[in-house]
Amino acid sequence: MLQTKQLMDIEKIRKDFPILNVKVHGKPLVYLDNAATTQKPEAVINSITDYYENYNANIHRSIHKLGEEATAAYEEAHRKVSDFVNASFEEIIFTKSTTESLNLLAYSLGNKLKSGDEIVISQMEHHSNFVPWQQLAIKKGLKLKFIEIDENGLLKEDSINENITNKTKIVSLTHISNVLGTINNVEEIGKIVHENNALFIVDAAQSVPHMPVDVKKLDCDFLAFSGHKMLGPTGIGVLYGKKDLLEKMDPFLYGGEMIKEVTFEHTKFNDLPWKFEAGTMNIAQGIGLGTAIDYLNKIGMGNIEQHEKELIKYAMEKLNEIKEVEIYGPEADKRSGLIAFNVKDVHAHDTSQILDSEGIAVRAGHHCAMPLASVLGIVASARASFYLYNTKEEIDKLVEGINKVIKVFK
Amino acid sequence: MTQENMDPSFVGEGMYRENILDHYKNPHNKGEIENAEIKFTENNPLCGDVITINLKLNDHKVDDIKFSGQGCAISQAATSMLTDEISGKTLEEIKNIKREDVVNLLGIDVGPVRTKCAVLGLVAIKEGIKEFENK
Repeated sequence: MLQTKQLMDIEKIRKDFPILNVKVHGKPLVYLDNAATTQKPEAVINSITDYYENYNANIHRSIHKLGEEATAAYEEAHRKVSDFVNASFEEIIFTKSTTESLNLLAYSLGNKLKSGDEIVISQMEHHSNFVPWQQLAIKKGLKLKFIEIDENGLLKEDSINENITNKTKIVSLTHISNVLGTINNVEEIGKIVHENNALFIVDAAQSVPHMPVDVKKLDCDFLAFSGHKMLGPTGIGVLYGKKDLLEKMDPFLYGGEMIKEVTFEHTKFNDLPWKFEAGTMNIAQGIGLGTAIDYLNKIGMGNIEQHEKELIKYAMEKLNEIKEVEIYGPEADKRSGLIAFNVKDVHAHDTSQILDSEGIAVRAGHHCAMPLASVLGIVASARASFYLYNTKEEIDKLVEGINKVIKVFK
Repeated sequence: MTQENMDPSFVGEGMYRENILDHYKNPHNKGEIENAEIKFTENNPLCGDVITINLKLNDHKVDDIKFSGQGCAISQAATSMLTDEISGKTLEEIKNIKREDVVNLLGIDVGPVRTKCAVLGLVAIKEGIKEFENK
């Protein structure tokens, strides 16, 4: 605990993020929309500028100095991502987003499914882990099943066991819900999935940025996450897949880079991971993600997790004290650093607008999880989500802002 | 009130002026019409707002108008004001109502994102008329 405090000097960390000096409506920015996207440290911004100013070239094809430098930096970023989640180099594919990673899987794995096969997801999925499977099921006559949530926003154990059977081919679940904050026990669920000989996909968009994640320990078959939710730039996402599975899968996109040899009749595909990286990739963004990982490693993922645990515990306590506030999801010890809520008789958009006038940025809406909103019986909610640079003082400002919302709508 | 002479302080919390909050808390023409000729639901996927418009016609004029649904103060107040405004109007007159007209009814600067909320009711009405005329 003492060690955590020494290692996480928040004031020092905040100085690394130029945007945290910005004033919003004349007030200091209180950025609590990290589940949507995170801010970028100077090091990440500089690494992107450095690429464009000093060694911009296409990768894997240009036999000249800049091309070699760019290729080395891009491959180094792959290596950093592999190490970060304890995967091997061939198992990490860059995409543009978590959404693209999951679509890649729905397409490539979907090719091998037959009418009547079953796919299992849950009621708490983000649209990106919902719509691709729903559309695949419609197109191929598959059965899509949903693990239900209980009144605390946790996956129901009996629903897990009822839905995952020997007819199940794919189970795709979120590690952490972007609305409820629930941390799902994917390690245990994965065992049930594998007992039934199905493939296990983990949507880690909200977990990899906030806690240590080890794909070997989770023993998932695939895992997807995004760079921009972990201090990196937009336009870069990641797909992890077990090597033997990726080798058997068809490419998602065809074109340049993903080939070894093309004749008029046939194409021999490239080795992993390049087989899945067709066309010119987002090179600067890949390099930027690598720098973001260096930054996170320097702070330590365990420290970041601990810091957010303290913030969410504090935020839950404070928001629970306001009787007009309704909170969705489980208790603090079962959730990640985010909290979705509504102020009684006030639409989330109005809450968010008034908070904005105080310089506080939160998200309002259904958070790309409309089916979940319908289960919760709400149309929208406001959501505050934290990261390594947030402080308890900022949560106090959120509470003041919420009290102002209550006053305006009284 | 035109957009030019709007008070610039009507942003942020200034948006929530008394007349808007009044319309939000006590909306005019809220409800359903059983035998409405025009019935149309429009969503704003951004925030989950949903508005259903019911129009009862008499000789191509609006005889009765009601709306139902839920949403933010801006979408609900704007639709409440709009339903007052179009009572008794012909379908042709309604078709000429522009997005700016609705923003002017509110009398505040809603900004580009919230404009979608403000015009949700108008979009529902116009789409409903389109569907009715294509029948």
